[in-house]
Amino acid sequence: MSEDLKPDQLEYYKQESLLKVDYRPPATDWMQTPTAMRPGAFIYSAKPKNIEYIDFPNARNWAPIDEDWKLPTNWKEIVIQGIRERLDKYRSFKVFMDICVRCGACADKCHFYIGGGDPKNMPVLRAELLRSIYRNDFTTAGKLLGRMVGARPLTIDVIKEWFFYFYQCTECRRCSVFCPYGIDTAEITMMARELLHLLGIGVNWIMEPVASCYRTGNHLGIQPHGLKDTLEFFAEDIEEVTGVKVEVPMNKKGAEVLFVTPSGDFLADPGTYTAMGYMALFHEIGLDYTFSTYASEGGNFGLFTSADMMKRLNSKIYAEAKRLGVKWIMGGECGHMWRVLHQYMDTMNGPADFLEVPVSPMTGTRFEHARSTKMIHIAEFTADLIKHGKLKLDPSRNDCRRVTFHDSCNPSRAMGMLEEPRYVLKNVCRNFFEMPPNTIREQTFCCGGGAGLGTDENMEMRLRGGLPRGNAVRHVQEKHGVNQLAACCAIDRATLTTVCDFWAPGVKVTGITELVANALVMKGEGDRKLNFRKEPMRGEEDGHV
Amino acid sequence: MGILVSFLAVVALFLSVLVGIDSLGLRWLFGVAVPYAAAALFLGGFLVRVLGWARSPVPFAIPTTCGQQKSLPWIKSASIENPSTTLGVIARMALEVFAFRSLFRNTKTELRDGRLSYASNKWLWAAGLAFHYSFLVILLRHLRFFMEPIPGFVLALTTVDGFLQLGLPVVLTTSLIFVGAVTFLLVRRVASPQLRYISLPTDYFPLFLLLAIGASGLWLRHVTKIDVPAAKAMVMGLLQLSPKPAESLGTLFYAHLFFVSTLLVYFPFSKLMHMAGVFLSPTRNLAANTREVRHVNPWNHPVALHTYDEYEEEFRERMRDAGLPLEKES
Ligand code: SF4
Ligand code: SF4
Repeated sequence: MSEDLKPDQLEYYKQESLLKVDYRPPATDWMQTPTAMRPGAFIYSAKPKNIEYIDFPNARNWAPIDEDWKLPTNWKEIVIQGIRERLDKYRSFKVFMDICVRCGACADKCHFYIGGGDPKNMPVLRAELLRSIYRNDFTTAGKLLGRMVGARPLTIDVIKEWFFYFYQCTECRRCSVFCPYGIDTAEITMMARELLHLLGIGVNWIMEPVASCYRTGNHLGIQPHGLKDTLEFFAEDIEEVTGVKVEVPMNKKGAEVLFVTPSGDFLADPGTYTAMGYMALFHEIGLDYTFSTYASEGGNFGLFTSADMMKRLNSKIYAEAKRLGVKWIMGGECGHMWRVLHQYMDTMNGPADFLEVPVSPMTGTRFEHARSTKMIHIAEFTADLIKHGKLKLDPSRNDCRRVTFHDSCNPSRAMGMLEEPRYVLKNVCRNFFEMPPNTIREQTFCCGGGAGLGTDENMEMRLRGGLPRGNAVRHVQEKHGVNQLAACCAIDRATLTTVCDFWAPGVKVTGITELVANALVMKGEGDRKLNFRKEPMRGEEDGHV
Repeated sequence: MGILVSFLAVVALFLSVLVGIDSLGLRWLFGVAVPYAAAALFLGGFLVRVLGWARSPVPFAIPTTCGQQKSLPWIKSASIENPSTTLGVIARMALEVFAFRSLFRNTKTELRDGRLSYASNKWLWAAGLAFHYSFLVILLRHLRFFMEPIPGFVLALTTVDGFLQLGLPVVLTTSLIFVGAVTFLLVRRVASPQLRYISLPTDYFPLFLLLAIGASGLWLRHVTKIDVPAAKAMVMGLLQLSPKPAESLGTLFYAHLFFVSTLLVYFPFSKLMHMAGVFLSPTRNLAANTREVRHVNPWNHPVALHTYDEYEEEFRERMRDAGLPLEKES
């Protein structure tokens, strides 16, 4: 390890050392094992200005490595009261606190435990961190028998432990697939994070995007004119590559469709190529759509903060759809965004009775399954277009790509969109290979950086958590020569790039619609020599022939 | 440590019966008062717990989807693993409750030479299923003590059970499966360092208690050959609220009864409530048709919003300069 490398750099870590995972539990009982905050495995605290902007309580300067976290004097009362409120509001929380039998079926299902071996990253023990406090203060047995029944008193060390381990859960829900009672540790993590926020404890990687999104409409804080510049820039690139000039509809009243996508697609490669793909596709089929600057974020870091914050950010989508007078809404490729849109949006901010049931203007397909929410996924939309032969595709243009598909956690385990992206991919590229069955579909592994953990500060945990996915990618890389990992998630496109660079170097990450747009034969297109990355379309041979 | 405490607790239960019956002759206490109190605590406690859960609403529909959603008509959806209808939910719950569907998925993750493998691992599923079903059969068999005349299916059950007698003339197969499965669950918990690490005394205690119940039951039936009519008379007496603790029944019978009473009392205050909780788990018992049908949150309270007008107010100049449409010109 070179002297000047830091724990937030990829090069700081070596495959061989991370692969030496020690699964033996510590000698001390978990309640007696102190939490060691180590750089690379936690995220810095939220800046007061971000907390204040959204009116969260107890904003202050503090750092996870500080001895004194400057908690409000009545912190204990706040937490216990917070637990009580949530027990009364959520049956899920109450039931999950009570019925775990510690069978351990979930234990080796979590990517952080698999890649790190820390027993507190077993979903069951992660939940016990909170459950032990619940037992102590809310159950008769706990009050009478204490440790004998797994109860322990709330101390500052418990708060620190919560902070460490509930920000080592990506709310991916893989554990919940295997639990005989469906106990969803993600739900428990969400409760724990809400409790921490009551004490002003949050991480900046989440709270800055939250505050930005509240103010500017997107996590990255792109202001309206900036977004316009960005999209116009994309249009220029599209024209350069395809010879086709595409429109950039923004805040357009009366458009048929409002299109909302994660802002990550606007800023960082390779997401940007997917964004260009959307624009090229919509132009080609003549969709009457609009982007919005006010609702310029499909993702929702509020989901990683609190139910109320999720609702506050999500409200913009329906509000904007109403203001612009669109008929229905389409969402881009994002993971957690679809958890919110599929399971929360209608409940929180609906009913969307001012919208119409989505109907594809090209095929006439009525998307009945989105009859109430009025929002469909672009993969559903594109799959329908392809099925009806509405797209002219030349999949050979993607021949230099040997593609595998990463199911993002939320579209698979909180929605079940498994076939649509596969159908699209198989129609736009000819070399498609699945990763091993235990690592895809509902059993898919997280990228290791979801739920607001995808920052370099957290590099060690991201690489450890990324091990199962990285390992599966490596497998198809060696077996089938896979060089492209497609994912319909903006966080994935950022985090899996790192995971692949580390665990399966040589595999690049792409969105689905980027591949669609590559294969899309556009009316009036020029000689398509370059793809949207401005690389030779057909790979090396093509460039040289 | 937890395991020892739990074991000793069960031993203490046994010793208290020994002393209570043999030395002090507290037949009324162990044969009447305790069973009545246990039954009352069980029923009351069970009800309080379930009603407690039911009192909290289900604000969001959060099913864990384990298969293809229902979307486009030409894509086959997983109507049970990702149910979009009530029938699908019922099927999903039935599979969960009767066949332990989720546990059936269990895999064992192993990291060897830098490679991860996920081998299918059905032991826990098999043992869990064996334990629960054999326990159920044993409970049903016990109906012979609770009903007069003995229902036909109880007799039939006992006969079928007897058919599979592994050469031992009297041992009923389910009893062996029961003891075997509980032993497996106990050994598994102790043998795996990871599982031992997460186990609480309250995880060992019910296993020891069940073993004690099973062992005392087997002993009564096959070794000491309990006076069945006397036992039945006593049980019927309890049921008809004219309790008469039998003098002729030995200490072991009272021990068996005491173990069962303890289990009844323990049940509602422990993880054993998973039996009822599984029905109320929102990741399993809701339809995943959340875009098709709106789920209503009873406490959906208003929250502070950043409205479009406020947004335009802040960015109007820049929006105008960029040529973006505005609601208000100034
Ligand atoms: S699988 Fe479920 S019941 Fe078993 S230990 Fe995990 S959370 Fe508890
Ligand atoms: S939700 Fe995912 S990250 Fe969290 S405990 Fe479960 S498996 Fe681990």
